[in-house]
Amino acid sequence: MAMTAEAIEALIRAALPQAEVEITDLAGDGDHYAAKVTCPSFAGMSRIARQRAVYDALGGRMGTELHALQLTTAVPG
Amino acid sequence: MSDTQDVQTRLASLVASNDVLLFMKGTPLFPQCGFSSRAVAILDHLGVAYGSVDVLQDMEIRAGIKEFSDWPTIPQLYVKGEFLGGSDIMMEMYEAGELQQLVADLPKAE
Repeated sequence: MAMTAEAIEALIRAALPQAEVEITDLAGDGDHYAAKVTCPSFAGMSRIARQRAVYDALGGRMGTELHALQLTTAVPG
Repeated sequence: MSDTQDVQTRLASLVASNDVLLFMKGTPLFPQCGFSSRAVAILDHLGVAYGSVDVLQDMEIRAGIKEFSDWPTIPQLYVKGEFLGGSDIMMEMYEAGELQQLVADLPKAE
């Protein structure tokens, strides 16, 4: 199973509308991506809480449909 | 006691009995996934003694740890009983010098 970069970005943006999302396809196989998510709502959140917010946006696909997502989170500024 | 409760008890006991514990795919010598490999590289670079659990050897643990930590992916790092996150968070904490501080008082690897 695999997901397109566009599908990943759309899911993240739907849950975090203010987020800037940069997706990089690491292997060209539709299964290994890096995502950088920059969102003002991450301010004051722990690293774990930020990643959980992104995983929640992906609605359970992380670890199943989406095998590998290297994730970086940041606050704009 | 159901199997689910049983594996959660096993996990709690594993976490409580290891100051630094990495749940990973494969072993530190033969990691079976790029993310696990990166986690091992960070711990080896820190030089801290750590335990590891190969989730590929135990399907109960593999499923149970995701529930235990409320985290969907492997690897997962625990330090002093606290869940820190996966390899991305380990790398961020390492680059910020936070991981070094957390393990400064712990025994070094042989």
